[in-house]
Amino acid sequence: MATDPEAIVERVVRRESGRMTSALTRLFGLHNLPLVEDVVNDALCRALEVWKYRGVPENPSAWLMAAAKNRAVDALRRERTARRLEPELEAQLSSEWTLVPTVEEVFGDEALRDEQLRMMFACCHARLPEEAQVALMLHLLGGFGVRELAAAFLVSEAAMEKRLQRGKAVLAASGRLPEVTAERVAEGIGAVHGALYLLFNEGYHGSHAEETVRAELCAEAIHLATLLAESPSTASPGTHALLALMCLTAARLPGRVAGGELVSLAAQDRSTWDRELVRRGVAALEASASGDRLTALHVEAAIAWEHTSAPSHEATDFARIAELYDVLVRLRPSPVVALSRAIAIGEAEGPERALEEMARIEGLERLGEYPFYAAALAEQHLRAGRRAEAREGFRRALSLARNPAEARFLEGRLAACA
Amino acid sequence: MADFVFMFRGGDPISSAEARANWPKWTAWFKRLADEGHVKSLGNPLEPAGKLVRGKGKAVTDGPFAEAKDVVNGFITVTARNLEEAAEIAKGCPSLERDGAVEVRPVMQPVLPM
Repeated sequence: MATDPEAIVERVVRRESGRMTSALTRLFGLHNLPLVEDVVNDALCRALEVWKYRGVPENPSAWLMAAAKNRAVDALRRERTARRLEPELEAQLSSEWTLVPTVEEVFGDEALRDEQLRMMFACCHARLPEEAQVALMLHLLGGFGVRELAAAFLVSEAAMEKRLQRGKAVLAASGRLPEVTAERVAEGIGAVHGALYLLFNEGYHGSHAEETVRAELCAEAIHLATLLAESPSTASPGTHALLALMCLTAARLPGRVAGGELVSLAAQDRSTWDRELVRRGVAALEASASGDRLTALHVEAAIAWEHTSAPSHEATDFARIAELYDVLVRLRPSPVVALSRAIAIGEAEGPERALEEMARIEGLERLGEYPFYAAALAEQHLRAGRRAEAREGFRRALSLARNPAEARFLEGRLAACA
Repeated sequence: MADFVFMFRGGDPISSAEARANWPKWTAWFKRLADEGHVKSLGNPLEPAGKLVRGKGKAVTDGPFAEAKDVVNGFITVTARNLEEAAEIAKGCPSLERDGAVEVRPVMQPVLPM
């Protein structure tokens, strides 16, 4: 993680802007999001201006939160007669007896945690498509700007702006920031898990963005999943499994790219893997084992653990991984899962078995444009000593590559067939 | 049910630093009143100083306008069954512990001329 002042400021600003947005939305209501964003921007601009001259304060987070509180009080005094605020707090905010104490309360540590959860559930509104849910979460909770989001999802800035605007319109119409009750959790936690899973995968496997943006997407997904895991109302076994899956997978990120190039799991330098994330992943994995339901997330976390805990590629227990994929294929059938299963079987039982399983994948036609299907075929041929077939497979994969990093990786594999 | 205005008199001026430290007691009291359904409108605290405009001559003088112990420091409007209950409610006011007073006045409900 970067340690120079500018990077620290950027990280603080990003993290705090999500907390500020959540707290301010609690005060102003979801229908006043544009005002909320104005107040956040105001506080951020003020901070950066002051810091430029006086240097970054010792505790920049506390400084920013104090600025946000002051701006909020100003904005509430200015707007409270003209606007409808959050109905539940309207009476308290209308009187000077209670205005400042209410703002203080909403910015308290416990309250901030709760408000971020509320915002997470609000963003996963059933009327929003998943891609909009993810964009809103990153924007409102993760402090990602329109330009960064456009780059992360490879759409134009205008298209991303539109996606966010539509999303915010749905949020505005949805009324108050939802209270995260047991009922609400039961009803909505699946959607929240789904959106976080998508967000994490976009970061880890994403075909679009540059590596740095993608690491930030993974970090944000882990941050939000950690919030869920730390709150009693949402800390279900499924939440812990999701967090375990993310930590155990993201731990490998530092080894996944070397000198700007993708490195296959087999070739990664395992000493670069993030031990702290492994530790957190293991703790989450243990916490996930308390329920009586085995979910797809549990199985995926277990697979991630098998890979991450193995001392080397050769020492990996691929037979166990193949068994886990057997379970996963039943719980959540998809051609990509089936492909991973076939590859694991190949590692355990040899390339011919992998090819057999790959030919049998249900919905195989949906992998036609997926470069790593062609590449996986090629790998098996290469292992079996059929270099011509391998070359052809890698060439096909190369023609499907979705970004320069994938293309360079596949060129490297092609060169290995010579 | 009827409405009553509570006027908080005397005690410490609410804007003093010491009284600020006392603020959570006020917040807690108002919260209790709201939870019990007694708050009609939270009103506002008042600065002790101001101006007084008086009489036909409309002469303007600077405040404060009474002895410190009589200065109105704030007000709220409370809902209660009757004046007796309103006075009971007023006994919870934190300013009483600092030798303040609460003036409890029913909101007048003028009748239409027959």
